[in-house]
Amino acid sequence: MRKTRFGTVAAMAAVAALALTSCGGSGDSEADGDKIRIGIKFDQPGLGFKDGDNYTGFDVDVAKYVANELGYTEEQIEFVSAPSANRETMLQNDQVDMIFATYSITDERNKVVDFAGPYFVAGQDLLVPADSDIAGPEDLDGKNLCSVTGSTSAQKVKDNYAQNTNLQELPGYAECTTQMSGGTIDAVTTDDIILAGLAAQPAYKGKFKVVGAPFSEENYGVGLPDGTDKCADINAAITKMIESGEWQKALDKNTEGTGYKPNAETNPPTLSDSCA
Amino acid sequence: MENYLSIFTEYDIPGAFWVNIQLTFWAAIGALVLGTILALLRISPVGSFQAIGTSYVNLIRNTPLTIIILFCVLALYGQLGFVLSSDFQNNFFRLAVLGLAVYHAAFVCEAIRSGVNTVPLGQAEAARAIGLSFLPAARMVILPQAFRGAIVPLGNTLIALIKNSTVAAVGSVATESSSVMKTMIEFRADIVIPIFLTFAVGFVIIVIPVGLLTTWASKKLAVAR
Repeated sequence: MRKTRFGTVAAMAAVAALALTSCGGSGDSEADGDKIRIGIKFDQPGLGFKDGDNYTGFDVDVAKYVANELGYTEEQIEFVSAPSANRETMLQNDQVDMIFATYSITDERNKVVDFAGPYFVAGQDLLVPADSDIAGPEDLDGKNLCSVTGSTSAQKVKDNYAQNTNLQELPGYAECTTQMSGGTIDAVTTDDIILAGLAAQPAYKGKFKVVGAPFSEENYGVGLPDGTDKCADINAAITKMIESGEWQKALDKNTEGTGYKPNAETNPPTLSDSCA
Repeated sequence: MENYLSIFTEYDIPGAFWVNIQLTFWAAIGALVLGTILALLRISPVGSFQAIGTSYVNLIRNTPLTIIILFCVLALYGQLGFVLSSDFQNNFFRLAVLGLAVYHAAFVCEAIRSGVNTVPLGQAEAARAIGLSFLPAARMVILPQAFRGAIVPLGNTLIALIKNSTVAAVGSVATESSSVMKTMIEFRADIVIPIFLTFAVGFVIIVIPVGLLTTWASKKLAVAR
């Protein structure tokens, strides 16, 4: 009896191991070199947003420019959804060639993937109703604040401002803005450019404003598979985009009407020709 | 390995599972009470009561739990200002318990109804013959036997509830395990797979005793016929 039981357990473990390896395999990598697969956010207006068959946003515009500089036409780009929690895995498993998805360069991430860039330096900021008198994180005492579950921004608030503010964590920024328009939330917090994108949506036009007092520095990089040799080319492309004025144009287009100005001390970023 | 072990000191993983257990505990009580009432409505001789019970079960059982919990937070609290606790975070915990209880009550109701089906018709007839009306007959004759016959399906519902308690993440309960896991992935992208496996194993450890207990209890308490 004991023996057969052990056999069953061993068999189950083997099946589980098989299932795990099969989902970690690189079976779905596309072999044809004609296409470039770029991971972006599909749900972040102003940065990476899927609107029917079109992709819009600042990340998308930079991605298109860089891909173009690398020798790909717009038809050869295949945009893939890259949610925050999946980004490293997608690069490791060769499901995407590069990622432009509000991807902050951090030491932990750099251990498993490479980064080119940064192509933008964002900072954590606050989005508040247009008539609010909140001018920065120091005005948050006793206020209700919203951010996304498991995000860097939420953690920062917990570490630095948790004693005095109420932090509500929701699955997405869309839910946060819904709560704020309902009146139960006084401010939404995350990177300033994401907030600007939210405020620029037609439904919220004129209702919300970005406070404009960033209290962190997030370097948005281009996520690449570990050990890549593309960093120099991508950085050169980004530098060219900045110098030609296309970078500023893309930024203005995607944050139009929100009065948002990126932190001028850090933007546009200067790049070296090695990986970040 | 050391890299991996550091997550246990950096993050309160047992604490996160403890939140899930608390969610499960309160939601299970709520679901059992509400589910029993629903089962009574469904087996009652009054047509309109039956209709109420049937509609509830069909409506709630066929609605995704995520939507129910999001409704509790975004609609009940966000738009209608419905508050269950004056403490900001505790309010979300209670709203999540409410959502979980409302959802699982439908399954509890059906589990109890399946238990009622194990009680021979003669029992109800005998109860009626000694002069008991519907409620006393249900309380003293039918339900005690029905619960004993429904232990396994009730146990299955409890197991589902334990795992579904992670859906409270969408309801702003940020201390429960799937939210903590999301945070860990955000900051420790170098060990994503070990983090996933840690939480999977955690749930297996919690759920297996429940399964063993219900199997044991269903044998021990089975009505001998």
